[in-house]
Amino acid sequence: MPSLKELAKRKEMLTPGHRLCAGCGAPIAVRLILMAADKPVVAANATGCLEVSTSIFPYTAWDIPWIHNAFENVAATISGVESMYRAKKRKGEITEDIYFVAFGGDGGTYDIGLQSLSGALERGHRFLYVCYNNEAYMNTGIQRSSATPLGAWTTTSPEGEAQPGKLQWRKNLTEIVVAHGIPYVAQSAPWNWRDLTSKAEKAFHTDGPSFINVLASCNRGWRHLPSDTMKIMQLASDCCIWPMYEVENGKYRLTYKPKEKKPVEEWLKAQGRFKHLFTPENRHLIEEIQAYVDKEWELLLKRCEA
Amino acid sequence: MAINLKARVMGLNGNAAVAYAMKQINPDVVAAYPITPQTDCVERFAEYVSEGLVKTEFVTVESEHSAMSACIGAAAAGGRVMTATAANGLALMWEVLYIAASMRLPIVMMVTNRALSGNINIHCDHSDTMGARDSGWIQLFSENAQEAYDNIIQAVKIAEDLNVRLPVMVTQDGFIISHAVERVEVLDDEVVQNFVGPYKPVYPLLDLSHPVTYGPLDLFDYYFEHKRSQIEAIDNSFPVIKKVAEEFEKISGRSYGFLESYKLDDAEYAVIALGSTCGTAKEAVNALREKGKKVGLLKIRCFRPFPKAEIIKALAPLKGVAVLDRSVSFGGFGGPVFTEVRSALYDAPSHPLIINFFYGLGGRDIYPEDIIKALEKIENVVQKGKVEEHIGYLGLRE
Repeated sequence: MPSLKELAKRKEMLTPGHRLCAGCGAPIAVRLILMAADKPVVAANATGCLEVSTSIFPYTAWDIPWIHNAFENVAATISGVESMYRAKKRKGEITEDIYFVAFGGDGGTYDIGLQSLSGALERGHRFLYVCYNNEAYMNTGIQRSSATPLGAWTTTSPEGEAQPGKLQWRKNLTEIVVAHGIPYVAQSAPWNWRDLTSKAEKAFHTDGPSFINVLASCNRGWRHLPSDTMKIMQLASDCCIWPMYEVENGKYRLTYKPKEKKPVEEWLKAQGRFKHLFTPENRHLIEEIQAYVDKEWELLLKRCEA
Repeated sequence: MAINLKARVMGLNGNAAVAYAMKQINPDVVAAYPITPQTDCVERFAEYVSEGLVKTEFVTVESEHSAMSACIGAAAAGGRVMTATAANGLALMWEVLYIAASMRLPIVMMVTNRALSGNINIHCDHSDTMGARDSGWIQLFSENAQEAYDNIIQAVKIAEDLNVRLPVMVTQDGFIISHAVERVEVLDDEVVQNFVGPYKPVYPLLDLSHPVTYGPLDLFDYYFEHKRSQIEAIDNSFPVIKKVAEEFEKISGRSYGFLESYKLDDAEYAVIALGSTCGTAKEAVNALREKGKKVGLLKIRCFRPFPKAEIIKALAPLKGVAVLDRSVSFGGFGGPVFTEVRSALYDAPSHPLIINFFYGLGGRDIYPEDIIKALEKIENVVQKGKVEEHIGYLGLRE
């Protein structure tokens, strides 16, 4: 893996001037991932914050070929692009190697785009799928998705007299992707640039489908200061609610082990979306979340040791 | 004109005829999902792939939505792309049909016409294609397997014309055409290849030295102008559809227009229909002509763009017209064909009286006797001098 100094010299594919919010985790994740590409990249984007904020006609922030089709179909769209590339390469009309990457938020990946993703993974296209996961539908105004954690306030899981925020635990998409048996799957977060760029490089070098689920804080939806983005995301890894690991040809490896596993309460306390959990009647939910995190963490450690 | 006909005759059903044309066109990418009654076409194409008879990347997607989405990605990447679907599959594509047209991608799709659910039904009507009539696709209807074969080949050239660059759907009636073996004259592979020519990419995504952004956010300040240019593009297809038909006649000896007039020259009454029903209607016209009735048929081959000028020219001299619709626009004033035809005639120098019949929904057979009834009805209306009931039904138990 090249040094940060060397990476910083590489061409910016997502250029400045886009209109994502200050402190948004998505462009940080995208730039770190694209920085790891040592060959040309063609990107596709699902509908979402990243797409609407980077492509407002007649401007574009993308200095690489880029396509947005619709919300639920970015994996199918990149399948088509990659298939045309294969057809042209076989006929000798294209000789260059190209990396293909699809970006989708958690709404476009966990929810509406899951079928399209599953199909593309099963067909074995050579592409990297990046889920930039801000744990809710942020583009439409902070609605709950199946990536939203238990207890979180969103505009469609508001806390009230009868309900304490979201009632369900999030689904484990990374494991769903692992179950497809593709060569490379990883979970990461941009607070650790080396972790994310190393995984992106491995993914780009994978001869087949690869997937990275990358945590990307939305300070508007998570309710924290824009300047705290990196801190909050590191806290997620340190509390083990967002473990950083990879699965290479079925082999699990933990890529970041916190020196001291912090209580999940610290992560919850740092975000306004969990504020209501700290009342006497909701406190039991914090314990439930801790128990869930502990169970998943132990299971992951076991998989990594195996 | 010296016609060098290199025709071979094969016994093919409509699906096989289209699959055979696809083999000869040899597109770069086909992304498709099986649905009755289109399956047979995709299965045959899969055999061509498996036998190495085409160089196509065949993407066996997990849904029709993904089929069209992959076609969009592939076409934007910069090559020749085809697919096929029917009914609910076309309905599932609805969202992305519009995107394909808006991106000006020359995708060619065969639609085996089948009734839309519910209730679920696998047989022919036109509710699927008519539901897509406003999506920005060019729509060509076929009367039989020969026309399906010919239309698919012409569609490639129409779609890819630099003044058009729009997707084209070619339809054939489910089972009636798709599964009935007919005599089909096929061209030689080389003739088809020369006719469609090499693909000319326009702003291909795979051109790394000229990076392009496809599908940006397009708000109130530009979206309207982009739609206006899309209107221009589909209007531009009129001369192109005509020119391509003329060129096709040179290699095949078969001529195509926006419409086909059958015994209309001296006719007083006519039926209008699309697809396989036109064959049945010709029988009905012949039967009535034998009785001395001055009747004819107007077949619409090109429904989008709608050939208003040709419709006026063909129908204005008539006394009465019966429009047959194989789909319903619920709550609308008549079916989609009726609405368009009647609207076009508003500007005509003279107006025939015009009535509408719904028929054949969910694959209900239509017989020459039904069409004779429709022609007798319009004659009767004209004799009365006014339309009392605009809408009627053929072949319905009531």
